[in-house]
Amino acid sequence: MSQVAQNRRRKDWLREALPKIVLSPSLAMVLVFVYGFIFFTFYLSFTDSRILPSYGLVGWENYSKLFRIRAWDTAVTNLLIFGSLYIVICCALGLTLAILLDQKIRAEGFIRTIYLYPMALSFIVTGTAWKWFLDPGIGLQAVVRGWGWESFTFDWIKDGDMAIYTIVIAAVWQTSGFVMAMFLAGLRGIDNEVLKAAQIDGASNFALYRRIVIPQLRPAFMSAFVVLSHMAIKSYDLVIALTGGGPGTATELPATFMYSYTFTRNQMGIGAASATIMLMAIAAIMVPYIYSELREKK
Amino acid sequence: MGFLDIKNATKSYGAVKVLHETDISIEEGEFLVLVGPSGCGKSTLLNMIAGLEEITSGDIAIKGRSMAGVPPAERNIAMVFQSYALYPNMNVGQNIVFGLEMHGVPKPEREKAMNDVADLLQIQPLLKRKPGQLSGGQRQRVAMGRALVRNPDVFLFDEPLSNLDAKLRVDMRTELKKLHQRLKTTMVYVTHDQIEALTLSTRIAVMFGGHVQQLGTPKEVYDNPANMFVAGFMGSPSMNLFPARIAVENGQAVAETELADGTKVTLPFPKERGFAKHDGREIVLGLRPEVITDRDGADRTSQSVHVIDAHVDITEPAGSDTFVGTQLGGKAVTGRFRADVDVHAGQVFPFAINMEKAVAFDPKTEARIS
Amino acid sequence: MSSNATATVVRTGSGARFVIYTLLALFSLFYLLPLYVMVVNSLKPLSEIQAGGMMALPNEWTFAPWSTAWSTAQIGVEATGLRPFFWNSIIMVVPAVAISTVLGALNGYVLTKWRFRGDTIIFGLLLFGCFIPFQMVLIPMARMLGIVGLAGTVPGLVFVHLVYGIGFSTLYFRNYYQQFPTELVRAAMIDGAGFFTIFRRIMLPSSGPIAVVCIIWQFTNIWNDFLFGASFSDFDSQPMTVALNNLVQSSTGVKEYNVHFAGAIMAALPTLFVYIVAGRYFVRGLMAGSVKG
Repeated sequence: MSQVAQNRRRKDWLREALPKIVLSPSLAMVLVFVYGFIFFTFYLSFTDSRILPSYGLVGWENYSKLFRIRAWDTAVTNLLIFGSLYIVICCALGLTLAILLDQKIRAEGFIRTIYLYPMALSFIVTGTAWKWFLDPGIGLQAVVRGWGWESFTFDWIKDGDMAIYTIVIAAVWQTSGFVMAMFLAGLRGIDNEVLKAAQIDGASNFALYRRIVIPQLRPAFMSAFVVLSHMAIKSYDLVIALTGGGPGTATELPATFMYSYTFTRNQMGIGAASATIMLMAIAAIMVPYIYSELREKK
Repeated sequence: MGFLDIKNATKSYGAVKVLHETDISIEEGEFLVLVGPSGCGKSTLLNMIAGLEEITSGDIAIKGRSMAGVPPAERNIAMVFQSYALYPNMNVGQNIVFGLEMHGVPKPEREKAMNDVADLLQIQPLLKRKPGQLSGGQRQRVAMGRALVRNPDVFLFDEPLSNLDAKLRVDMRTELKKLHQRLKTTMVYVTHDQIEALTLSTRIAVMFGGHVQQLGTPKEVYDNPANMFVAGFMGSPSMNLFPARIAVENGQAVAETELADGTKVTLPFPKERGFAKHDGREIVLGLRPEVITDRDGADRTSQSVHVIDAHVDITEPAGSDTFVGTQLGGKAVTGRFRADVDVHAGQVFPFAINMEKAVAFDPKTEARIS
Repeated sequence: MSSNATATVVRTGSGARFVIYTLLALFSLFYLLPLYVMVVNSLKPLSEIQAGGMMALPNEWTFAPWSTAWSTAQIGVEATGLRPFFWNSIIMVVPAVAISTVLGALNGYVLTKWRFRGDTIIFGLLLFGCFIPFQMVLIPMARMLGIVGLAGTVPGLVFVHLVYGIGFSTLYFRNYYQQFPTELVRAAMIDGAGFFTIFRRIMLPSSGPIAVVCIIWQFTNIWNDFLFGASFSDFDSQPMTVALNNLVQSSTGVKEYNVHFAGAIMAALPTLFVYIVAGRYFVRGLMAGSVKG
């Protein structure tokens, strides 16, 4: 009798706990390898780690050093330039393309496929293609000169002041189709009856978009902003493939800075500090976003 | 002790109590309907009987056996869901016998049970189809079949007809009633539709705000609603409720109220109701529309039909009847006249009121006064 | 977003339509240009590129850059071509995608159909894990892989991609299963099915579309990853992206642009192929990974 009862209780317990047991490996992995590691790196940013982790605490020294390094300054400035241009151009281009594509276009699916395919590519592939296309020696400049316009110059990729803009070009090329898809989905979600009502009220197409349609795309703008800013902060591969951070340190971004300080310059403490700052920037954007997404779903 | 006993059961989500102490006991073969507006706790209670939601306190017993900690599969119940919940990837036959399969019933027996049920519900030709290929009514049948095949102690229904169109809903209601009469299995049925509740049940629990407002036979609930909520919720159009005052004239209790123009009217209660003891009390008087008729449509067997002349505000012909609106005690009141009575808005017309069916409520507690 | 039935009711005149089509065509050229450059130049001899003919069709068509890139190009110190690294990527991607998809499906199932106190917080934790800058985990991950002996191996990369891919796969399945009627699960519970039976018999048969979305997303992401590959692989275990970058950036000898382009196309082909074949699911994955589920 008690044996049976005991078995029964064990079965009940298992039934209750099974979902949590199934979830636990994933949770454990994430707790250790995401949050544990974040904590570890955070801790390292306060230590004198150089080529290997070391545990001598040095307080805020790495951070104060970091802010005195010119390359970090360049990286942050570059991120601001790159990030703002990237977000603004992607949104503007994406919205324009979405509105154009939303006009009952023949072969819409085909055109969409063309606009979106770069998103399927690796940034390394994108970087390689654009690297040689923008190379003044063989790419666009050489081609145009070959066509007879001898004075044509387009050597941004070799120009320390302009190279960051080539990153913007390549990144926009890769992502703007995706932003278009987000806006197109937003446009398709707008109630047609509202538009018909506005037309009956005498709104021109321009007024229709400016006053009725675009204000309703707020959620799409929000998502685009979050996705793009998060991608901008994490940008690493594209820079490596396109310019390698150069010429000099002209196109260094925080992500490349962190990597080179940690793994090639053996300044792990400073690298960890820079990674921590990147995390803070992303958390400032993602945490409120995720929080609001999960809350409204309840 | 009944066949299904709900003893002092409650349900809370955190600090929110969605079901207050509930006691319901029914006998084997009864058809219990839990009826109420959405959010009243009726589906929660059904899910608690099914074991899909845990009981916060109290107990539920089926056949005298406490269901505390017993998983749904081991309660010997079957349930028909609002959306029918047919497994989309299985055909009708597989849907019906899935439960038997899970309970380890061997294949030949499953096949036989499936065919019996299919014959009973006349869905034999549908057995090989997928749920997506069925109409709403067919899905409903399959969902019933899936429940029937289990031969459970208790059937649970969660608003099973609410996704059907009006005509089909009435047909399925009749069919369900026939099915219950034939099977004589205990059924618990949740609905927000008071007509379904009245037509199907042997017992109704009217619920609101997490409380059972009244538990009784359909007739009890309809004729003697326990409070103003039940009075207003059961019946369509709902019961007229308007303020009045009890007075005693010549030893006879009457309800005093006034017409739209301020004219006093007195409506005498039948003596045997014993309202004389409430002399002077403010009440809310409840009169069902069918109790207010044209003079010739009044119930001949009633001893207490009282006629008043009142202003007709509106008439709404509804085919079989005409609903006629006037005002009593400052409230709009609807009477149910025979369809061919020649009555028009703007007239002053005689309204015959059968006071045998009148009910009175306390305006503060909203409970019925007897 | 594919249905034309919901296209706008805005009407445009024929002049405006001409402008719209012209603009759309011009942007198509912009997006196709790099692909054109890659394809065309991978099929011509190096001398034609050096002579300023990047935009021209080849005078002399040749597959030599392709075979060089595939089997003889100098990657780092050895002239192996990209072939071994292509296989590295494949044996890295397949298990990482498979395991993260299965775990994501189970997690999504638990988080929607077996809810418990705190489940939303757990999901939030999982989700945030895929948005962190991975620079934040590079140092400890490198050390940990070293300690358990997985540093510089393909299994090590599989593990890393698995860990940081779970968030997204869980997101997909959770959002999908949220739409899946809970009544079906309850019906199955009453029918006597247990946790895994419900998953296998009720949930999985209806999960085809989201599984495709998830697999495509994970495949694209992991195939295209560079940071983890560059950080945690050694020469023998480099994935395709890292090898391509080494090929392109190598400073020794003449720059064989045509070979670089051929290599880039090889690195792009698997994901591009998936995109062409299952673009609908790819877009759905992109949207679900960014906008709401």
